[in-house]
Amino acid sequence: MASTIRVRATSSGETTEVQALIQHPMDSGYVKDARGELIPPHFIQQLTFEYDGKSVFVADWGPAVSKDPYVKFSFKGGKKGDDLKIGWIDNKGASDTTTAKIQ
Amino acid sequence: MRSAIHFASAALALAVLAFAAVPPVAADAPDPVADAKAFQKYFAQKFPKLKLQDFVNGPYSMNEDMHRQWEEKEQFPPYEFSLDMGKEMFSKPFKNGKSYADCFPNQGIGIRQNYPYFDEKEGKVVTLELALNRCRETNGEAPFSYVKDEMAALTAYMAFTSRGKPFDIKIPADPRALEAYQNGKRYFYTRRGQLNFSCATCHVQSPGERIRAEVLAPALGILNAMPIYRSEWSGMGTISRRFATCNSQIRGVPLNPQDDEYRDLEYYLSYVSNGLPISGPGARP
Repeated sequence: MASTIRVRATSSGETTEVQALIQHPMDSGYVKDARGELIPPHFIQQLTFEYDGKSVFVADWGPAVSKDPYVKFSFKGGKKGDDLKIGWIDNKGASDTTTAKIQ
Repeated sequence: MRSAIHFASAALALAVLAFAAVPPVAADAPDPVADAKAFQKYFAQKFPKLKLQDFVNGPYSMNEDMHRQWEEKEQFPPYEFSLDMGKEMFSKPFKNGKSYADCFPNQGIGIRQNYPYFDEKEGKVVTLELALNRCRETNGEAPFSYVKDEMAALTAYMAFTSRGKPFDIKIPADPRALEAYQNGKRYFYTRRGQLNFSCATCHVQSPGERIRAEVLAPALGILNAMPIYRSEWSGMGTISRRFATCNSQIRGVPLNPQDDEYRDLEYYLSYVSNGLPISGPGARP
């Protein structure tokens, strides 16, 4: 199984721009399936980006975020070739992490 | 009385002028070559700023704002997961050891632009989606749903390997092929459903206009970008899905995927986009 996280981080010297796409159903718990039964809530609760041992971006997400969410942000610092660690945890306790090299 | 007739004929002449660029709906002798030329000319005149190959980007070429959104979106396209899944599925052999590559010319790579084609043995149009499921069935695998997920992933990968290749749909010298083309054309211009819309009402008369919050895509090049990730669907959809949704949105009853009419429609619509590059998989709002 390939990673559920796709990341692209590019440094422009002073700042690093990060784009990420995460594969997740993000079920809100309010949607019914074809048989009329509620699809139980299943969404990412926390998403973190770590650089050099420090969190540079933390998102507390809820059921209102769309399926397969996309995030884009930039932070000060970050050198080409360094690692950026990304991880998420969902409300069912499942999680995934990946490491990307800053380009 | 006479003046009324004059007035009517003047109005008619005006109407004819106004629609002169619209491809003729019922020509006496079917002429696909002239059809395709007229079809492409109509869109080129309606959108003089666009190059022919821009039409494959659908609504994103119609509007500057959306074009910027699209450029950003293409850096990290939402169809990536599906594309990867398709690539994996395509290379994985069936239980009998054969694979999709064995069913297609050139191992299935870079051939999207030749589909649909007219099969002279069968006497019918064969689409890529149909060919993929037939490939599965001849190798003892269960067919996939035509509308999304696996089928979209496979066609996404096959389109991706064919990106930039111009649509090259052929109509062989077989009266049945021409008939299939004509059927598809008739389907495209026939009004149906509670709203009494034809495919052309939205995608020939009104591309670039809004229908509620959506910007309508031009019919020219609309299939070049298939399959698509639609934000509205939160997922991928195939040509079959697109046709069925169009029909239900005009409050008509959709046909079953890969019914003869849909196959003929795909044949017609692909033929008139001949020469435009494959750009699938695409992303749409």
